[in-house]
Amino acid sequence: MSAPLLITFDKVWKSYGEGEARVHALAGVDLAIRRGEFVAIMGPSGSGKSTAMNIIGCLDTPTAGTYSFMGVDAGRLDRNRRALLRNLYVGFVFQGYNLLPRTTAAENVELPLIYRGVAARERRDLAMQALAAVGLVGREHHTPAELSGGQQQRVAIARAIVTRPTLLVADEPTGNLDTARTHEIMELLTRLNAELGLSIVMVTHEADVADYAGRTIRFLDGHVASDTLKTEEAA
Amino acid sequence: MIWETVRLSLRSIRRNVLRSFLTLLGIVIGVAAVIAMLTIGSGTTEKVKADISKLGSNLLVVRAGRPAGPGGPGGLDQAARPLAEKDVTALVAHLSGARAISPASQKQVRVIFGTESLTSGVTGTDSAYLDARDWKLVSGRPFSDSETRAGTGVCLIGETVRQQFFGAGDPEGEIIRVNRTSCKIIGLLEPKGYTGFGQDQDNVVLMPLHAYQRRVAGNRDIDNIYIAADDRTPTSELQPRVEDILRDTRRITPDRDPDFAIRDMTQIADAMTSATTTMTGMLGAVAGVSLLVGGIGIMNIMLVSVTERTREIGIRLAIGAHEKHILIQFLVEATVLSLLGGIIGILIGLSLAGLTSMALTIPFAPSPAVILLAVGFSALIGMVFGFFPALRGARLDPIDALRHE
Repeated sequence: MSAPLLITFDKVWKSYGEGEARVHALAGVDLAIRRGEFVAIMGPSGSGKSTAMNIIGCLDTPTAGTYSFMGVDAGRLDRNRRALLRNLYVGFVFQGYNLLPRTTAAENVELPLIYRGVAARERRDLAMQALAAVGLVGREHHTPAELSGGQQQRVAIARAIVTRPTLLVADEPTGNLDTARTHEIMELLTRLNAELGLSIVMVTHEADVADYAGRTIRFLDGHVASDTLKTEEAA
Repeated sequence: MIWETVRLSLRSIRRNVLRSFLTLLGIVIGVAAVIAMLTIGSGTTEKVKADISKLGSNLLVVRAGRPAGPGGPGGLDQAARPLAEKDVTALVAHLSGARAISPASQKQVRVIFGTESLTSGVTGTDSAYLDARDWKLVSGRPFSDSETRAGTGVCLIGETVRQQFFGAGDPEGEIIRVNRTSCKIIGLLEPKGYTGFGQDQDNVVLMPLHAYQRRVAGNRDIDNIYIAADDRTPTSELQPRVEDILRDTRRITPDRDPDFAIRDMTQIADAMTSATTTMTGMLGAVAGVSLLVGGIGIMNIMLVSVTERTREIGIRLAIGAHEKHILIQFLVEATVLSLLGGIIGILIGLSLAGLTSMALTIPFAPSPAVILLAVGFSALIGMVFGFFPALRGARLDPIDALRHE
């Protein structure tokens, strides 16, 4: 575990509401994730796992405590700076794919590059490479409606990795897929983790999906309930 | 990046063709109305100017009778004394700064040639008339001074009279009957067309004043004296001199109102031009209100669009779109939408103005400045009314936006 720290939570609180109705989604969470790790986050609804994921993905900020992303105090950045962090270092994969409708696979994959100001020709090349990496050569010009769920999720993964991010945040990436498709997607993620050294933080409900990850963190009532490495489990 | 955004907005406009079209309609109608109003208006102004210049430019017209005042006291003043030949003689002798001075009397009279007849405006005048009215002959010659003095039975006819009696033929040397007298045609007047009030200016017969007075009118009165200013003299300077001379010959002391009226055609032209310009401006402003309504339509539809695409905005924000990217995207979309409406509106407005010009026989006068203004204004409307919805989209929280169904 000599890889540099990617993410640290230092007594992170996230609270909603006021007074009596105040709810703590995260109640003083401490956590560290290193570069190149593949982490599964599990826990029942309301355990705070989604909140943690939003903070990790720089979509949200803690109410109290410190969240550092690549050594930057990301919890104190304004939304435009966090947008920049996301654009440069984070890729997102969602349960519902979240592709733009009536937009071709290639155009969907190019989208993050547009916001980086990459020139059209280079965008096209990078998008093709990303689509090739997820095994979708020949489907560039299909719109989401013309693709199966598994294929749509591959497009979404291609969109997430086209910017060569440091971290991939996946929110139940296989939640809408059948078992066969689930394993294909998980193998793809595992390969990206191994081959590109892409750090992955994945929220999931399913234990067999979590098994693909090298480390599983369970949330319960806003706390980290358990944090286990796969090697420890095996031992 | 901007091109990307424009392409993106065109696509989203295409995706909702009907809705986009209905949104555009407001701008289309607004711009079309403004363009049509202003174009027809400036055509009308040109028409009015042209009509007035047909009367003769820099022209004063003297008439017998008191100037029409706002219910001024008639008092003990004598009933209008007609103008007389001595008034003309005095003006010719003493007035400086005039290019042409000509007396004229008119009457609608039945004119007969062979078995054809026509009621025509018969004018008795002298050889300076054509000069004073800026009127030219297509063929033939004007009356000579001796013909004017002697009252010889010669005449000049207008185009309408020629067509009625001679068709395409040459009227020169033919004899027509005017009232109880006959006269020989010695020339054909240049066509002038209709006045703005629908009066045919070519249905005329000109004859020497004395011939008219003796054989048509049966008196020695003069209805009008036309005085054309020379190029160096403005009519406003000429008018008081005319008044002085006429007061003198007609023996009207300065403390009394004159028994004649001097009309300055230049002033009338200016007044009418400014009236039409004001009218045009007002109509344009009314049309401008509909543009505003169109802008509100754009704002409305952009708000709908932002709400509808909340999830899309969430995706874009999550993958690293800056607030300003979202803002620009929706601003460009609104601007493209309203520009599109502006361009369609301009085309429709110009067509409307063109058709109206044809129907009213006024000049079609599209103004590049007005068109540019309309383009700029519709783009501005897009930006102004698109800004609030765009800002609303840009300020969305990505987490909420992603959850939005």
